Amino acid sequence: MRERLAQDVSGLPTWAFESKSTPWWGTLGFMAIEGMGFALAVGMWLYLAAVNPQWPLGPPPATLWPGITLTALLVLSLVPNWWCNRMALRQDLRSVQIGLVVMSIIGLVAVALRGFEIAYLNFRWDVDAYGSIVWLIIGLHTTHIVTDVGDTIVLAVLMFTRHARPRRFSDVTDNVFYWVFVVVTWPPLYLLIYWAPRWMG
Amino acid sequence: MTDAAVATSAGRLRDTALGQQELAARLDRLWGTPRGILGWLTTVDHKVIGRRYIATAFFFLCIGGLSAIAMRLQLAKPESRLIDADLYNQLFTMHGSNMMFLFAVPVMEAFAVYFVPLMVGTRNIAFPRLNAFSYWVYLSGGIFLWTSFFLGEGPDVGWFAYAPLTEQQYSPTHRPDVWAQMITFTEVSALAVSVEIIVTVFKQRAPGMTLDRIPVFVWSMLVTSFLVFFAMPAIMLASTSLILDRLVGTQFFVSGTGGDVLLWQHLFWFFGHPEVYIIFLPGTGMVSMIVAAFARRPIVGYLPVVLSLIATGFLSFGLWVHHMFATGLPQMGASFFTASSMLIAVPSGIQIFCWLATLWDGKPVIRTPLLFVLGFVVIFVIGGMTGVMVASVPLDTQVHDTYFVVAHFHYVLIGGAVFPLIGAVYYWFPKICGRMMDERLGRWNFWLAFVGFNLAFFPMHILGLQGMPRRVYTYQPEMGWGGLNLTATVGALILFASFVLLLWNAVRSTRHGVAAPDNPWDAGTLEWATSSPPPPYNFARIPVVTHREPLWAERDELPVAHGLSVERREVLVSTITEARPEIRQASPEPSIWPLLTAIVVGIFFLGSIFTPWAVVWGTPPIAVALVGWFWPKGSREDET
Amino acid sequence: MATGRAFLISAVSLSLAACSGRQSSLDPQGPYAQQIANLFWAFLAVCALIWLAVCVVLSIAVIRRRAARPQPLELAPARERMMGQLVLSLGGGTGVIVIAFALISYVAQRNLWAEPNSGMTLRVVGHQWWWEVLYDDPQPARNFITANEIHIPVNTLVRVRLETRDVIHSFWVPSLAGKMDQISGHINEQLLLAARPGIYRGQCAEFCGQEHAKMAFSVVASSPEEFDAWRDGQIRAAAPPEGPERRRGRHVFESHSCLVCHTIRGTIAGGKFGPDLTHLASRRSIAAGTAPLTAGHLGGWIADPQHLKPGTQMPPGDLGGADLSALVAYLMGLQ
Ligand code: HEA
Ligand code: HEA
Ligand code: HEC
Ligand code: CUA
Ligand SMILES: [Cu+2]
Repeated sequence: MRERLAQDVSGLPTWAFESKSTPWWGTLGFMAIEGMGFALAVGMWLYLAAVNPQWPLGPPPATLWPGITLTALLVLSLVPNWWCNRMALRQDLRSVQIGLVVMSIIGLVAVALRGFEIAYLNFRWDVDAYGSIVWLIIGLHTTHIVTDVGDTIVLAVLMFTRHARPRRFSDVTDNVFYWVFVVVTWPPLYLLIYWAPRWMG
Repeated sequence: MTDAAVATSAGRLRDTALGQQELAARLDRLWGTPRGILGWLTTVDHKVIGRRYIATAFFFLCIGGLSAIAMRLQLAKPESRLIDADLYNQLFTMHGSNMMFLFAVPVMEAFAVYFVPLMVGTRNIAFPRLNAFSYWVYLSGGIFLWTSFFLGEGPDVGWFAYAPLTEQQYSPTHRPDVWAQMITFTEVSALAVSVEIIVTVFKQRAPGMTLDRIPVFVWSMLVTSFLVFFAMPAIMLASTSLILDRLVGTQFFVSGTGGDVLLWQHLFWFFGHPEVYIIFLPGTGMVSMIVAAFARRPIVGYLPVVLSLIATGFLSFGLWVHHMFATGLPQMGASFFTASSMLIAVPSGIQIFCWLATLWDGKPVIRTPLLFVLGFVVIFVIGGMTGVMVASVPLDTQVHDTYFVVAHFHYVLIGGAVFPLIGAVYYWFPKICGRMMDERLGRWNFWLAFVGFNLAFFPMHILGLQGMPRRVYTYQPEMGWGGLNLTATVGALILFASFVLLLWNAVRSTRHGVAAPDNPWDAGTLEWATSSPPPPYNFARIPVVTHREPLWAERDELPVAHGLSVERREVLVSTITEARPEIRQASPEPSIWPLLTAIVVGIFFLGSIFTPWAVVWGTPPIAVALVGWFWPKGSREDET
Repeated sequence: MATGRAFLISAVSLSLAACSGRQSSLDPQGPYAQQIANLFWAFLAVCALIWLAVCVVLSIAVIRRRAARPQPLELAPARERMMGQLVLSLGGGTGVIVIAFALISYVAQRNLWAEPNSGMTLRVVGHQWWWEVLYDDPQPARNFITANEIHIPVNTLVRVRLETRDVIHSFWVPSLAGKMDQISGHINEQLLLAARPGIYRGQCAEFCGQEHAKMAFSVVASSPEEFDAWRDGQIRAAAPPEGPERRRGRHVFESHSCLVCHTIRGTIAGGKFGPDLTHLASRRSIAAGTAPLTAGHLGGWIADPQHLKPGTQMPPGDLGGADLSALVAYLMGLQ
């Protein structure tokens, strides 16, 4: 078929932030999938709670302090995370580098705290269905923390190399976005793991 | 912030001033898949991957079909000793799992991978490397399942693998693990493809392709991808929990320690019911395209059709319990699911009525693709009607888990998805291969399929009503089921012949078919605007869309956009509703990392059947592969 | 299409021909099954009509003569609107029909699930791959257990409480009622009511492992008097064997592994793993409907159960010829 030049796109930029770019949508897509995974895991917990006359079953509730500490850390981490986002939008390389290093350190501390959380759950996954579902939920969330921390570290390293081109700032904001997801999904799970059994038991 | 983002790349050569020939040559070099084995392994061209996906899915149809033929031979007469119980149970599990997870879902996604970018007028799918990865993962899942079968470890617990039969206690072998891990493979790939499709449809549509100009097939794939998003996590969670139960002793589906047997069924069918629409909706999308092309007019009721797709999508999450009517759930609850299941007849009906109206008002040209669509209507409506019957709780308590249900779902699956699919093969073959398929063989193919199908599956309704349960490897002569079973087997053999003919026609036509013009059917959508087969870059210049059927609205020249680079791979990224172009985004170049990642991921999945420690030693290689994948290589795409 | 219709016709005639089958939901022998069958025919009639209408419209649309449209996009707006409205009103009609369907389905469901306040109760426990049947009585001495053959009095409502010892099974007697699953951790119930005396075959309907195909049973409905006589017979312990052959048979039974798994009341055999054999010879078949109860089949079964029912949980007997025939003689005497 013959062509008629109808629209000139040569003036368009070659990259953009957030919802203008495809990676952001990809991230959002995976967040939707994983969010559904969390929702269903919570659904499993509720279902098991509903079919069992006694819930939680046997085990004592998990020790509180590791959970509280981690939750506080996650919530507070939103501040440097947000700052990192702003610096990326400004394309301020120096600040972004600092932000990513800070976020990597916070992430590693979070992973360590998660280790304590698991150690202080006070029951194993195979005692009963309650143990199983709590371990499943916490395991699911842990994979998210670990992946995002890994991602942040790689990105931090990248931003110190010659590949730190403008377009990478968009990757930084997507990474920030994902961390928000990791943080936001946690409080409901936290209530379910630490407080629901105390209120119900 | 956007201003800051405007990074111009001055001095780069654009397509604006280039002549047709030079442009084609440059784009060819830029977008072409390199020759040789390495090119083959590293390609990220959605058409190459789509073709591969389609071929692989049809390969699985063939072996899944052969396993069905084996079952039919066994059931042809009472107390046949052809196949023993152990093998038969593996066969129907393999058949069902293979057909659902390795054929039906992937084949629809395969068509989408090939055609969605062409139909929305872009040069490659979003996240082309993820696309390559998803194919490799899918392939590994399929190979894994069938290898296990040939090693004597084929799953034998049915395609929905009800607990507690799948628990360690009742299935001490690795068979359920094979099933569960095959699920993981195929779901990872399906989820990846869905993300690609949604982002492609949202962000990569050609300028001017507003929401109400999106082709119906693309709509159907968009809705399907959302169903995948929200349905597949359920089965991932379920199969993971099952593996944990079996491997490390969690107690999810074990009664007595707080677990619950029915939890499995809820999780499975929360996925399983949307799953059947994941298979069916793309089929309806194909039907809408074929009907419009051959009735020689746009579809009647574009908006109702699209809304029906969306409504079906929503409703499909409220039906899962209709697979569990015999489990003794509370009465009121069950009848809620009766009502919701029946309501889904409304959107399905509206689609059927729209196609009828289109055919009525148009002047249908009877060619093979349309024949398959006509066959689809006749068959699918029967299947839909039996669906409405089994949605009734009292009726279902009689026919549940009998051949009546087997008949229902083959009528909707084969009638509702495979018939449109074969129509689609005849319809789009010229675009993919550049040659027409043989029309005379096509008609034979259709009539054999139609007669064979009905002969094979209609009798199953009666068998079910006469009390024949499904998943039985044999039955006694006194039951009086012999005659109808024999009929079904004969029908299945005729159906088999029709598939052999299809295969023959396709293989022969790739070599000897009549060369296809760009738009052999004079259809209206964008995939027909480019050459057959399309060049690696799809469109020399991106079309500017002015109408829902651009090729019918613009009869002699196509308005196009210009100004894209010819020195690096660029696609246009546009706004969601209006499709106003916003950026010229770099599109990735070929890479070996998706394949390597798929391999290490496969090893991880495989290992975790045998030991929980696979999670520990399996993760670092994946991390390395992912870093390799994403780390910039300093090529042109990374430069801005 | 013509083919489709021919199918429907042949289908109906075939189904009529098969109406006398002994395991068929189209051959109802009690009010529960009857009601479901009525519901089925009502649904079928409406659905078949709609399907026919669709096929007729489709055929006319394809063969009707008309002038070709010069350009695909030359459409008359008024006609487009009219067609759009037609489609939507047909959609509305579909809605009305399915709501009516849902309502009549619900009414039938209420009748079928109505809580009975009379009748007898028994328990059926599913095992891989046979059925344990427990008749519980207010007087514990009158309790007894049997297998694979359920006796009920006609015109009496019977509540069957359904349990399982292992995986999910599903209890189904098509000529009497719909099916209900047996699920561990859940207790389900199925109501049965036979209007006429007769033998109604049932079969496990949920896939339960290797021998799911050979997990059948029968329901024998007889007059209340006959039923009571049968029950009294079952309550009694096994009569001591008569004659040397049968006495030897009993000795064989008691000195081999049989007693680990089987109970014969009145002997030392008290195993609970397999079916109760106290009145084995009063039953019509062995191994959950796999073979009729004859001396030949019984001998074959004991010698090599895996031959008749590969995968069954009973191991081969490993007995000499004379022991085997004595054992068979003994078991055949357990009336
Ligand atoms: C392509 C796949 C597909 C499709 C489209 C459907 C469509 C439907 N299905 Fe089906 N179904 C399956 C695949 C599918 N199904 C599979 C695979 C299983 C079995 C799984 C297993 O157990 O292995 C199953 C099982 C299944 C069951 C469980 C049965 C049992 O196990 O006992 C039920 C119960 O409600 C059901 C209902 C329906 C309904 C109401 C529809 C409706 O969507 C149908 C709507 C369509 C129409 C009704 C026809 C067109 C409408 C008109 C022409 C308008 C006029 C109509 C009326 C007024 C009625 N299906
Ligand atoms: C889209 C899905 C799909 C498709 C296409 C089919 C296709 C067929 N199915 Fe399917 N079937 C299911 C999905 C599907 N099935 C599911 C989900 C189940 C439930 C499983 C379970 O209970 O767990 C099932 C169960 C099932 C049963 C019930 C088994 C049982 O309960 O015991 C039967 C029995 O007849 C059957 C028969 C057939 C037949 C004859 C075909 C035919 O249409 C097949 C025709 C195709 C071919 C024959 C392939 C042609 C081959 C070639 C062209 C290759 C030739 C090349 C060489 C020889 C070199 N199927
Ligand atoms: C390991 C346990 C076990 C042992 C030992 C065993 N049986 Fe069985 N038996 C079973 C089971 C389980 C069944 C039910 C099998 C089925 O129907 O699938 C059965 C079924 C039977 C039946 C058929 C009952 C019916 O009503 O259908 C007979 C008869 C029988 N056994 C006799 C014997 C004899 C005689 C011996 C000893 C030589 C023996 N069994 C040893 C477990 C055992
Ligand atoms: Cu028991 Cu099937
Ligand atoms: Cu369903």
